Amino acid sequence: MKHVRDTWLIFQYEAALQVRNPVGVAITLIQPITYLLLFTPFLKAVMDVPSYGSAFQVYVPSLFTATGVFNGFFAGFALLAAIRQGVVTRSRVTPVSRISLLLGRLFMHALLIEFQAIVVTVAAVAFGLRVRFGDLLLALVLLAMIVLLSASVGYALALLVPNEGSLGTLINSIAQPVALLAGVLIPLSVAPLWVRDVAYANPFAWGTNAMRSIFQGDPGADVVWQSFLITAVVATAAVILTSRLFNRELA
Amino acid sequence: MIEASGLRKSYRTRRRGKVTVVEAVRGVDFSVQQGAIFGFLGPNGAGKSTTLQMLATLLRPDSGDATIAGADVRRDPGEVRKRIGFVAQTSGTYLNSTGRRDLILEAQMYGASRATAARLADRVIESFQLKDFVDRQIGTYSGGQRRRLDVALGVIHSPQVIFLDEPTAGLDPPSRARMWQEVRRLRDEGMTVFLTTHYLDEADTLCDRVSIIDRGRIVAEGTPSDLKREISGDVVSVDLAAPDTAGAPEPATVLEAAKVLAEQACVESCEIIEHTLRLYTDSAATAIPQIMRALSAKGIEPGAIETRRPSLDDVFLAKTGRTLAD
Repeated sequence: MKHVRDTWLIFQYEAALQVRNPVGVAITLIQPITYLLLFTPFLKAVMDVPSYGSAFQVYVPSLFTATGVFNGFFAGFALLAAIRQGVVTRSRVTPVSRISLLLGRLFMHALLIEFQAIVVTVAAVAFGLRVRFGDLLLALVLLAMIVLLSASVGYALALLVPNEGSLGTLINSIAQPVALLAGVLIPLSVAPLWVRDVAYANPFAWGTNAMRSIFQGDPGADVVWQSFLITAVVATAAVILTSRLFNRELA
Repeated sequence: MIEASGLRKSYRTRRRGKVTVVEAVRGVDFSVQQGAIFGFLGPNGAGKSTTLQMLATLLRPDSGDATIAGADVRRDPGEVRKRIGFVAQTSGTYLNSTGRRDLILEAQMYGASRATAARLADRVIESFQLKDFVDRQIGTYSGGQRRRLDVALGVIHSPQVIFLDEPTAGLDPPSRARMWQEVRRLRDEGMTVFLTTHYLDEADTLCDRVSIIDRGRIVAEGTPSDLKREISGDVVSVDLAAPDTAGAPEPATVLEAAKVLAEQACVESCEIIEHTLRLYTDSAATAIPQIMRALSAKGIEPGAIETRRPSLDDVFLAKTGRTLAD
């Protein structure tokens, strides 16, 4: 109970600060819209589909996964900022639950990315995307789980490489192949067989496939429940390991 | 209120692939009475902050024990956290938050409900006189205002012990005086205050007891006046730089003067600090004529001679052979 209460406490504090940062909010809004506007015309041409609506049907779900992967991996910068400003130390000398200091922040990142995803969907619907409301909710839940996983990884990387310069390079060199192997830019169906085999080991690839099934109005497909299961297991493991790393020197 | 024995901590650092072990704290013992202001005095890098972090459950000691307000730092860190407050050297607040928002969060992290937290925040806003700026963004605060907020955050839950890491570092003189006032007020309210400092005057005027730490070890412990009494007599400083010339004296001249003066009966010991000799004597009144005679016999003209009562810096110098000001 204390863990839940303290997680909520940290979450609402961190989230309120994000909302009060107008530049941050603007970037959060502009970034996904830019992707949507620039990338969809390419996809429409390459896939040779009749309308933007059907291009969105393929691209919006992968954009969900892509924002989840990239923003989550880069979340470690926020942790480094909090550490540099002494915010983490200050909370650690209080009796607040140790896991809540991590979970509260991870949920804050999840909230931000959900917000981005909703903006993307609203914009895409205006341009012809069709998705059922229940399906959209299911996709948002899966996205939150994906973010818990990717942001845990992002935090772990920041704790291992606590230097903003090297961290940026490291994240880029990991996030790019992970995103490619998740089929977020080019669908894995056009990839050679061995790439598809490698992608089986990438939990985010399962996420992308599940998102596409959901957006195509088929939430009952096997890949959907498989993806939920895989993401839940891997995310839990990632949170536990990152929490160990986060608290390793504490008494 | 605080008991520490044999605390040790070493770090591994890696530079150009070579792993070196730095012994930051090597066996520290002390005990602090309830209601005292206890000062941990030492130069930067002496192990003050590391010791403080071990006491505040932020770092696990390699060995040794510490008990705070009856709770064991290793066995029961959760209980220790409830009983202490800790103000780190760097402020623990986001620049775009406000003082009040952080005060409320702080009280909630100690388990208070939202309503109780708001009331506790009002109380410290009142006692630390934060009202004029507490609802503004923290980024707009002056250094002194920010530090007062930090201390207010540290004591919002009325802990039995408050740890302050360099509470006045970087503050201007009026803000320092103000902070000293706040620290004394906390002590008068019954809190035990443990602070680290590298300022002599702060240790001297603010602290009831002082431990002097150097290179991870405690080299002296006692009340500031007891420590200074150990250094008997007067301190005579002889500056060998001529007052009207810009250049410093020849190193050979400094060494020769030091050698001659150390042989004088009235001089107990002599330390060289750049081109100044610091002489410990029984009495300055009788020592100065002898010093003058001895120097002129060698043809050395001192630029200035100054005498004063021993300070904590002299204690530090006597124990370590170096001065705190370095």
